[in-house]
Amino acid sequence: MGEGEEQVKVLSQWPSPFAIRVLIGLEEKNVRYESLEENFASKTELLVQMNPIHRKVPVLIHNGKPICESLIILQYIDEVWPGSNSFMPSNPYDRALAKFWADFIDTKFLGTGIHGILKKTGEAQEEGKRYMLEYLGLLEGVLKEFSAGGSKPYFGGEQFGFLDIAFICHTCWFEAMETLGKWKIPWESEFPRLLEWMKKCRERESVHKIFPDPHKILEYAIKFREGYLRSN
Amino acid sequence: MAVEDCEPKGQVKLLGTSQSPFVVRVRIALALKGIHYEYIEENLQNKSPLMLQSNPVHKKIPVLLHNGKPVCESMIIVQYIEETWSSKAPNLVPKDPYDRAIARFWVAFVDDKVGPCIRGIFMGRGDEQQKAVEELVANFLWLEEALRTSGKAYFGGDEIGLVDIALGSRSQWIKILEKVTNIVLIEPEKMPLLRAWMERFLEADGVKQVLPDEAKMLEFASAIRARFAAAPAGN
Repeated sequence: MGEGEEQVKVLSQWPSPFAIRVLIGLEEKNVRYESLEENFASKTELLVQMNPIHRKVPVLIHNGKPICESLIILQYIDEVWPGSNSFMPSNPYDRALAKFWADFIDTKFLGTGIHGILKKTGEAQEEGKRYMLEYLGLLEGVLKEFSAGGSKPYFGGEQFGFLDIAFICHTCWFEAMETLGKWKIPWESEFPRLLEWMKKCRERESVHKIFPDPHKILEYAIKFREGYLRSN
Repeated sequence: MAVEDCEPKGQVKLLGTSQSPFVVRVRIALALKGIHYEYIEENLQNKSPLMLQSNPVHKKIPVLLHNGKPVCESMIIVQYIEETWSSKAPNLVPKDPYDRAIARFWVAFVDDKVGPCIRGIFMGRGDEQQKAVEELVANFLWLEEALRTSGKAYFGGDEIGLVDIALGSRSQWIKILEKVTNIVLIEPEKMPLLRAWMERFLEADGVKQVLPDEAKMLEFASAIRARFAAAPAGN
């Protein structure tokens, strides 16, 4: 490492939406980083050393110091490399709202919605689909409000911000989720704003570069589901 | 402790319930910052229109209403209070981005790991409860280590900060849990710093004035536990 040179590493796993989130964040800020792929079978010594409590990815290692938990990492990236594009809204109230919805996405939307489909069968899976539609409805409304009725492209308004990055990383799993749930989400009729937003986000260099191939995600999701159902 | 009139930053209301440790978090932050507010006691069995309107997604307390605009989720509220009244001491959130990330990490740890264990011990029986106890003790040992590393009176340094508020608000519940289950969760020999920190926190100015009455908490906790003990196994 040269003098004055920063060292940024990310312990990552290619299908993890949380890792994807962090990588998109770094790309958006044009930070040079090295991504280290953790394998699924066993955890590297580095991961255990850098994240001894949770032993999970992603971990950002900045000049040797670890930062864990993807939303915390995203805020850290924003604060350390402010640049010209702030992820966080400029006022405390909007920041609180962005954090609230990001938390909602990682808890209810992911836990009851996405996982309600990926990890369940029969009636339980049908319930997961109902929740998913309800939550997408909520987020469609939030997007309408935050984008000033659609006059701005993102949850962050003009800015591709914290909430956009927090949410977009989960969307690369949507196709797999629809396939495994044997259903199609009525995007055009029910969630046209979200559909438009996803298209816009995917055009961004950062998202385009980091998003995995949807076929690979589907392959992985099938194994993930099989493995989960077998052991539960 | 004198509570000053709030600065011309508007009207502050807090929707809460007397026993909730999440509400206590917000009350501590408001007290430490000397912010004047109106407290509204909610009945969770009969939620008010204001509560349902202010937090339609989760329908939970606490909700902070600042000039009528709702902020939800206790630790999001605490950070909002810090950012809105940032010029008022004490600073609840570290200034350095790395320290801030570490503080947020421990806050998430308290809610994601410590919280469920407390629930598991309170509601669980037999093996299930024992497993929750072991996990909670392991979690407390991590926190003991964090205090040892910081070497200061509080997780936040010399003054109460985000992590102290997150964990400290649950301290009463931890003590009550120890009484109600007869299990020592923070053993003074194994976790001297954590035990000392907890006593210090509960006595601190800004905290002791807003804590729910311990006798009432004990009664409340015993009642819930008795109700669960009476329920058939497997529920």
